[in-house]
Amino acid sequence: MPQSKAATPKMELKDVAKSFGDKHVLRGVTLSVAPQESMVVIGGSGTGKSVLLKSILSILKPEEGSIKIDGEETVGLRGARRDEHLAKFGMLFQGSALFDSLTVWQNVAFKLIQAQHMPRKQAKEKAIETLASVGLATDVGELYPAELSGGMQKRVALARAIVSSPEIVFFDEPTTGLDPIMADVINELIVKCVKERGITALSITHDMASARKIADRIAMLHEGQIIWEGHHSEIDSSGNAYVDQFIHGRAEGPIKMQVRHL
Amino acid sequence: MNFLALIGRTFLHFLQATGQFIWFLGTTLCHTFRRPWYWGQIGKQVIDIGYYSLPVVGLTALFTGMVLALQSHSGFSRFDAESAIPTVVVLSITRELGPVMAGLMVAGRIGAAIAAELGTMRVTEQIDALTTLSTNPYKYLIAPRLLAATFMMPVLVLISDIIGVFGGFLVSVYRLEFNASNYLHQTWEYLEFTDVTSGLWKAATFGAIVAMMGCYNGFNSKGGAQGVGAATTNAVVSASILILISNYLLTGSLFATK
Repeated sequence: MPQSKAATPKMELKDVAKSFGDKHVLRGVTLSVAPQESMVVIGGSGTGKSVLLKSILSILKPEEGSIKIDGEETVGLRGARRDEHLAKFGMLFQGSALFDSLTVWQNVAFKLIQAQHMPRKQAKEKAIETLASVGLATDVGELYPAELSGGMQKRVALARAIVSSPEIVFFDEPTTGLDPIMADVINELIVKCVKERGITALSITHDMASARKIADRIAMLHEGQIIWEGHHSEIDSSGNAYVDQFIHGRAEGPIKMQVRHL
Repeated sequence: MNFLALIGRTFLHFLQATGQFIWFLGTTLCHTFRRPWYWGQIGKQVIDIGYYSLPVVGLTALFTGMVLALQSHSGFSRFDAESAIPTVVVLSITRELGPVMAGLMVAGRIGAAIAAELGTMRVTEQIDALTTLSTNPYKYLIAPRLLAATFMMPVLVLISDIIGVFGGFLVSVYRLEFNASNYLHQTWEYLEFTDVTSGLWKAATFGAIVAMMGCYNGFNSKGGAQGVGAATTNAVVSASILILISNYLLTGSLFATK
């Protein structure tokens, strides 16, 4: 969905900086995501994409800058206000991050039971219904995560991320480790969930096929800063040498990989 | 100069680690005594820490009591003091060996398990996932383990006291040919209520130490399988050392005036 300039951005980051010791991971990230928009942040490994998501979620606290959700400042939120803030989010983790000790349906229904105090029977019904929406049969609900393939685990993680009808969903490398067909299935599911449910989505990936499929807009993060941002259809004509090198996967270009030759 | 720098760096590292642990402990205590409480998790930990530790703690207590009776007999027979064996066994078990041996065995069994489980959850982002699912990891993961270990260790030690004394009784009666009735009479005669309760206070402290060391090391583990392995080792070693140190301090404060 195109961004409306008049509407308050769903997420607004301004000059966000985060360091770990001497390592400056985010060096002033400024990014805005409109309601119901699907934004994809691309960038190489170690450029701070995951740190960006964790900063928005208040898992990490940025040293500088502002992060606003629905116009409200969220940096430094604590207690009940932080809980309210977190209730707006769902997240699909890179490695799925499913709880090994719980069955699939218990994983999916976790937030409903533990945070929203929904009765277990009702939560199970909703979990099974959400599993069906991502193409998983009822009997899968009784299995443990270790009994599932990588693609099925991603689907369960997707179901867990959307079951509580969050306003914003983060997708952290949603297709990493999947074969191209399964990756496309996951991309299709993400697009379907985001559009059908009116979710605002922020995804991070270095899979360009995935980025093109799920993004309304794409931003590129390099060395802790957003160096390009635009509509997904503009990425091939960005005129930015860094973006060109990244989307074509070339070793030669302005982005220098730190490789030590033997 | 380099040597001094090394000492300074080590000291600063120690201060940083101590500060981090105190912060972790404070945060845990704040969340432990505030709602919501996850009763299902607390119950699960009570079973894991209390019930499933019983065989290893019981077996340790049994053989400790048996060995104590044998050793006391071989030593005390040199000056005809065999009649003191029941008293020595019961006081040693209730005041010292019961809580310390149980603490060390639970540190090995539970401390390692907690660190490995939480460490794996950390490196696979399951702890971050909990936060995104509106569930506080301190309340859901750490508080139940701390509560269960602190309250179940005294129960375990009380049972292990009984088993340890029974071990001494078995050896004394069936091998050293004590009169069973006299042995039991001697066991009760000099035993005071505080001998047992002091051991139970120690047990609660050791339980809290084991849980906190396991949780702290697991929760803060980094770097994949190697990091989880290091967290597990650190949890067991630090818990064992702290149990021995706190045992001395508690003994000093509980029995100093007696």
